[in-house]
Amino acid sequence: MTVNDSVSLAVVLAILAMSGATYAMRAGGYWLMGYVRMTPRIRRMLEASPGAVIVATVLPIVVREGLPAAFAVIAGVAVMLAWRRDYVAVAVGLAIAAAMRAFMP
Amino acid sequence: MDKHDNAKAPYWSLDGLAVGARLVLPLMPGMVVFGIAVGSATAAKGFTLIEHLLMNTLVYAGMSQMVAMEVWPRHITYGAIAGLALVVATVNARMLLLGAGLRPWLGPLPAWQIYPVLHLLTDPGWIVAMRYRADGGSDAAVLLGGALFTFVFWIVATTAGYLAGSLVPDTRAIALDLVMPVFFAAMLVPLWRGAKRAIPWVVAGLVALLVQQFVAGAWYVLAGSLAGIIAGGFTDDGE
Repeated sequence: MTVNDSVSLAVVLAILAMSGATYAMRAGGYWLMGYVRMTPRIRRMLEASPGAVIVATVLPIVVREGLPAAFAVIAGVAVMLAWRRDYVAVAVGLAIAAAMRAFMP
Repeated sequence: MDKHDNAKAPYWSLDGLAVGARLVLPLMPGMVVFGIAVGSATAAKGFTLIEHLLMNTLVYAGMSQMVAMEVWPRHITYGAIAGLALVVATVNARMLLLGAGLRPWLGPLPAWQIYPVLHLLTDPGWIVAMRYRADGGSDAAVLLGGALFTFVFWIVATTAGYLAGSLVPDTRAIALDLVMPVFFAAMLVPLWRGAKRAIPWVVAGLVALLVQQFVAGAWYVLAGSLAGIIAGGFTDDGE
């Protein structure tokens, strides 16, 4: 048995364990909700989830990355409000952030 | 009146696959850059090409793989494997919320159709699918189409990063690290249902910032999202 082989097996085992843990998260919430009665309150909670996940993901990044990220995000939202084009929103946001990073000390 | 109340029962269509792919397309530049970074980190840890492909196919959760690479043990013991599984589960715990959000829409479909698709669930695919749903759509193929499209991009990008090693260009200069935040924020516009429905978003943001400030690691996404969702339960349906 070479060292390489034994390492491979261990790596594969680790990958399988990580895969199982991740799939449990991906499927677990969906599975659990099958046992929860869909009351109006639960439905409102789930309806709030996309916006909540977005803000909880994006706001800390904006605070961490500073003004270029803040202006990029604001510009993206403004473009979306005006034209409802997500490509344009991303392009304009990135252009603003790139310019600010280039020209700000 | 909620759009959910008059949304049709879920169904599958071939056209939906293309719709889903089109919806996630704007996110692909950021996804590719991130994939390249994950691929090169994987190569740096001495993974073989097969191991790299196995991980990106079977785990397929970039942020958690990145953290796993940072704490990857030199000698893999059963204890280390359990530790890796725990780390990955922790980073991916927010996916519980994503899956839960899909239940009202996809619940009527047979389990065998949904559980395989859930393996391909990612934040971008989920966000665009939930936006499609909020606009009254019911085609489950939109979720699958976006998921498959993202998966193909991910495998190609991580493999490119794996093969290129540390030759990752400076993507911060063209702000490609901000594709995801800008796109996600833009998605708030079609999701907007009035100020009252946005109170949970504010709660989510405040809690996320607080947790980011005081707790190490990426717990803030889960904590903020959970707080926002709970707050959502306390906002009443009003016009």
